[in-house]
Amino acid sequence: MNTRTLNAEAGIAGGDSAAGIPVDPAASTATVSRGRAIWASWKGLVYQLAGIILACLALLVWLLTADLSTIELTTLAPAALWGYTVEHLQLTLLAAAIVLVIAIPLGIALTRKPLRFLTAPVLAIANFGQAAPAVGVVVLLALWVGFSFWAATLSLVLYAVLPVLRNTMIGLDQVDARLVEAGRGMGMSATAVLFTVELPLAVPVMLSGVRTALVLLVGTAALATFINGGGLGILITTGVNLSLTTVLVTGALLVALLALLIDWVGRVVEHVARPKGL
Amino acid sequence: MSETSATTTPTGITGASILLDHVTKRFPGQVKPAVDGLTMEIPAGKIVMFVGPSGCGKTTTLKMINRLIEPTEGRIVVDGDDVTEMNGDTLRRGIGYVIQAGGLFPHMTVATNIGIVPKMLGWDKARIAARVDELLELVSLDPALYRDRYPKELSGGQQQRVGVARALAADPPVLLMDEPFGAVDPITRLRLQDELLNIQDELQKTIVCVTHDFDEAVKLGDWIAIFNEGAQLEQYDTPERILGDPASEFVENFIGSGAGLKQLTLTRVEEVGLAEAVVGNPGERAADVLARVAEAGHGHAVIVDDRRRPIQWLSRRKLGRLDVISDVPDPKLPVVGIRATLNDALDTMLVSSAGAALVTGRRDMFKGVIDVQTVMDAITRSQTAAVLESDQAPVGLNTGMFQVQASAASAASAASVDSVAEAADELAADTRAAQ
Repeated sequence: MNTRTLNAEAGIAGGDSAAGIPVDPAASTATVSRGRAIWASWKGLVYQLAGIILACLALLVWLLTADLSTIELTTLAPAALWGYTVEHLQLTLLAAAIVLVIAIPLGIALTRKPLRFLTAPVLAIANFGQAAPAVGVVVLLALWVGFSFWAATLSLVLYAVLPVLRNTMIGLDQVDARLVEAGRGMGMSATAVLFTVELPLAVPVMLSGVRTALVLLVGTAALATFINGGGLGILITTGVNLSLTTVLVTGALLVALLALLIDWVGRVVEHVARPKGL
Repeated sequence: MSETSATTTPTGITGASILLDHVTKRFPGQVKPAVDGLTMEIPAGKIVMFVGPSGCGKTTTLKMINRLIEPTEGRIVVDGDDVTEMNGDTLRRGIGYVIQAGGLFPHMTVATNIGIVPKMLGWDKARIAARVDELLELVSLDPALYRDRYPKELSGGQQQRVGVARALAADPPVLLMDEPFGAVDPITRLRLQDELLNIQDELQKTIVCVTHDFDEAVKLGDWIAIFNEGAQLEQYDTPERILGDPASEFVENFIGSGAGLKQLTLTRVEEVGLAEAVVGNPGERAADVLARVAEAGHGHAVIVDDRRRPIQWLSRRKLGRLDVISDVPDPKLPVVGIRATLNDALDTMLVSSAGAALVTGRRDMFKGVIDVQTVMDAITRSQTAAVLESDQAPVGLNTGMFQVQASAASAASAASVDSVAEAADELAADTRAAQ
């Protein structure tokens, strides 16, 4: 009895391996084509990162070989540059964190039934608020709150809330109403539908809003220096005020590269977090 | 639960009866109610089709059964229990719901989509996985092939099948369908309709289905409810009686011309005699099959796979040319379900120009062959046969003097139904006069 089952199993195994031989090449071409598809979807991101690294290196080489005055050398000392960059990032990320905490729940609330009537007016205000010049917002707020890191953060938050709020609302709004109904029809609660259907389907649009906000923030944070907020902006203002072109160019390039790098990180997150099957 | 549906023999009625008791729905800001005092009985284990012009309130009525739309007045009774006040989500978990194009969640695999309700009901993973495979089999999709696909990788018809499987996941007694086959091409639609009938044969649920296609209603429905504006029931009867004896001019207009031809849709393939066929299997020597065909005096042999599903239909000449029979399915095979109407069968024959079609039963198993002559004979017979036999009609009326207790009695005696209906007519006439 035992030997017979063993034999049967061996027979099955033998059959499998026999069938496995002609299947194998097909499987390997499948992995190759899958590899190609993965490369195609990551290609842009790899190029973007390579470009950022190359630009960084070019800047470094230029700074090392340029003939710099003592003032320039102290302003552009590696420790000082690192300090400004960290400050800039702190400002950006803190503002971004506050923005997420405010805008996403607000966006969700504004698309729920009791507040749905507010969706259109808020979207209109969001679009129109985006047109207000950033310097104006930063300086006016500083006059009111005082010149400090916190005033800078607050103005950045105000400025970056809009794209996140808008994309959260649009992302949730564009989810097919029939899918929501299908979910409710199966007995999912409104909250369950929100978390398992609506939010996952809104993720791509929401994340692209977050990325836009981050890039905006990196750029706008350069203005924080006007109100003592710190950051890389100081290089630009110093460069302009003292006619130090090297400092000016370095500051501007660093802000631009930081924005590109943040944009890259955002794209990677979007790529990874995009729900499968869409 | 799952065990009962796993058996392949008919298990008897697993559906539950539904009663709409004086149900009214007024939407805010609208003068006329969308559904006006509708009382309607939906018998257990039957397919009831709601038809009517768009905006007549048929979809609203359907959605009030699972309380996706809350009724303004009246009661909903499912299986004897008043569900008007119970938790809506709990109620809906016990009622299958199918919408147009399936309404599958695009970011979930087929298996996850089907497993949603069982997961909410707290089934363990192994049980859900087994149930998913069982349901995919039931809707004729190979589990190994489709389980892990995403909806966008499926055709419209396949999505709709998964939609039906998802609705059946927790084996609910009642299935609500909102224009389920509206988004697929006509040929796929016929197939899906046949399959629904086969599934219903097996499961015997109570199915309420909204459609705007009267032919679909005639084909699928045990009972058809024809609605006019405000969900006024114009006629609630068997397809035979609606076609043979329309209750009003509205119904007559709704049926449209060609009611005679539509009678063709009343006879199903299973009701006419099927011809036997010589059956072969892939891997057999063609000469052996040819010998059997010659012996039986037939012109063709049907090749079926290991589950008795037809995959090829070979003529003698073709058999003579072959050495061993292959297992490659012929995509253009003229196949109709055993519950398909003669109308569909005739369509299939004409499209395939074979002059005959293969008939399949439950789970696409081969049953026999139907040819044009059989259909012609059936037409002649049905024209001579009387269609007007009174049935035990379920109750359906608007703002009537209908009592719940009366429903059981009235189902047993058609006479009392008539009297209730008359009373309702008088009442309606009175209210009209009062206005």
